[in-house]
Amino acid sequence: MSDNNKNAHAAALERVAGNGLLSRRHLLGLSLAGAGALAAESVLAAEAPTLSMPAWSRSPGRGPSEYGNPSSFAGHIKRLAPPPSASLPGGGASRTPLHLLQGIITPNSLHFERHHAGIPDIDPAQHRLAIAGLVRQPLVFSYEDLLAYPMESRILFLECSGNSGGAAGPTAADTSVGGLHGLLSCAEWTGVRLSTLLEEAGVLPEATWVTSTGADGASMGRSIPLDKALRDVFIALYQNGEPIRPEQGYPMRLFVPGWEGNVSVKWLSLIKLASMPANFKDETSRYTELLPDGKALQFTFPMGTKSVITSPSGQMALRRQGIHEITGLAWSGRGAIRRVEVSADGGRTWADAQLDGESRPLALTRFRLPWLWEGAPAVLQSRATDTVGNVQPTRDVFLNTYSPANRYHFNGIQSWAVSAQGEVKNVYA
Amino acid sequence: MFTPDLRVWSKAGLAALSLSMAGMTLAADGPGLGMPVTAEQLAGIDLIVLPDGSGLPGGSGTAAQGKGVYDAQCAACHGAQGEGTQGVPALAGGTLTGTPVLMTVGSFWPHATTLFDYVRRAMPPTAPKSLSDTEVYQVVAYVLHLNGIVAEDLVLDSASLPQVQMPNRDGFIDRSQEQ
Repeated sequence: MSDNNKNAHAAALERVAGNGLLSRRHLLGLSLAGAGALAAESVLAAEAPTLSMPAWSRSPGRGPSEYGNPSSFAGHIKRLAPPPSASLPGGGASRTPLHLLQGIITPNSLHFERHHAGIPDIDPAQHRLAIAGLVRQPLVFSYEDLLAYPMESRILFLECSGNSGGAAGPTAADTSVGGLHGLLSCAEWTGVRLSTLLEEAGVLPEATWVTSTGADGASMGRSIPLDKALRDVFIALYQNGEPIRPEQGYPMRLFVPGWEGNVSVKWLSLIKLASMPANFKDETSRYTELLPDGKALQFTFPMGTKSVITSPSGQMALRRQGIHEITGLAWSGRGAIRRVEVSADGGRTWADAQLDGESRPLALTRFRLPWLWEGAPAVLQSRATDTVGNVQPTRDVFLNTYSPANRYHFNGIQSWAVSAQGEVKNVYA
Repeated sequence: MFTPDLRVWSKAGLAALSLSMAGMTLAADGPGLGMPVTAEQLAGIDLIVLPDGSGLPGGSGTAAQGKGVYDAQCAACHGAQGEGTQGVPALAGGTLTGTPVLMTVGSFWPHATTLFDYVRRAMPPTAPKSLSDTEVYQVVAYVLHLNGIVAEDLVLDSASLPQVQMPNRDGFIDRSQEQ
């Protein structure tokens, strides 16, 4: 477009914060001037070539199948998985490619993984769930038994307590948003309320904690307070409508909404009520947050109020100047997301992003804001506020709270630098 | 028409009774399909050890006895003196405030019972649950001895293990009520 047109176009846009952030009203089509300008940009772009009928429209395609797969052209959309661990067979993590996905629901094949001794191959017909300890009558349930219980479905995020731990490190890694923050997923989980099963077993008055272990090689265990267990914890049997995947605990896992992922014990086989936490290895030696004075926080359960821009994000490149959509994800382990602010100038000025649909408690919320990039360097940030008033802290505020060795519960603001050439990089700003 | 299953109804009645015993007012809303089981029947899968020692099995061991187990089962990854190797945690020494911070059984873990619980359920990674209870007591004693926490000849068993005073036992701040 001509310089005159460009100037008229840019002038028609409603700027709401520094370095090109535009009003979210442009997304909603509420601003006629802005909508006109957006349309004008595409009309005035380079002329398109004449379109011809493609080959795939000249022959019948593949027929229906029993279980679908993504397009062969979408084969690059994969989890970020490390090579196998030699010292801890089956251990480790793979990350959700947040930079390649949209909306809030994580496809089951792309849900992040974190295993402590690999994925057991469990025959549901032989699997049993026992409820024992401080109950009137210890009980055993089969998978088939649980399928007969009343169920409920909830859309909930799951985040590893160690997610974003790399962002607490001394140097900013050259990586993607999935590589840095991808121990985060969100799905519709369906299952049986734990309270239903606990009522059947009869909780004794002296019980205050629920300890659980899984059927994996590590028999990984965690403890949660009984009041949470009775409030909203459930035994998840389905994930986005199908039986939960082996890497998510097939045939059943504990699901503890809003809390660090590790407490949602996978391959759940034993629930034991107790008058104290078990102090398992993974709630003492690990999944505790060391403070500067050498003390450690234990049983920090809800995940912090947090957001991250997924596009533009690390290792992406802006190929043209003009309007881009800044989009990302926000969540809180203590409620729903009330507000997400976005900055394009490293946190000097902020603008409210548009939240997609209705913000759900303990689920991911997608946010969006249009941005006019005119070739100047920028630092993109997002800052979430939840419905109980928690505001996402800066990275510095977070780091100053903990020992330099702490890598858990990081929820500091993420900065992506955009260079004059349009390259997007993880930075500490 | 729905035909009541007597087994289900009787169990639901029992569940309601247990709720009133527990001082709870919620009504059981499931079909009541759980099969009664005894603690003895669950002993094979219940490996949970609490800090008060409940859940600890019979058997006993000393650090002197545990050196052989450690050298054979643990040293290749955790190092001859518990110093750790690439990607595998150190078990001995360490500091929580120095540079670099090193969190080990000796410098960080608050309960000796956790070591027994974890080794019995998860170690060694290539063959978890392959150690006998006696071997677990022995190797736990050895790792504690590497940290200077117990004497070489102290007999650890279900009575003495929970009494072991870990150096960092008061190092944790419980946040479980901040939900």
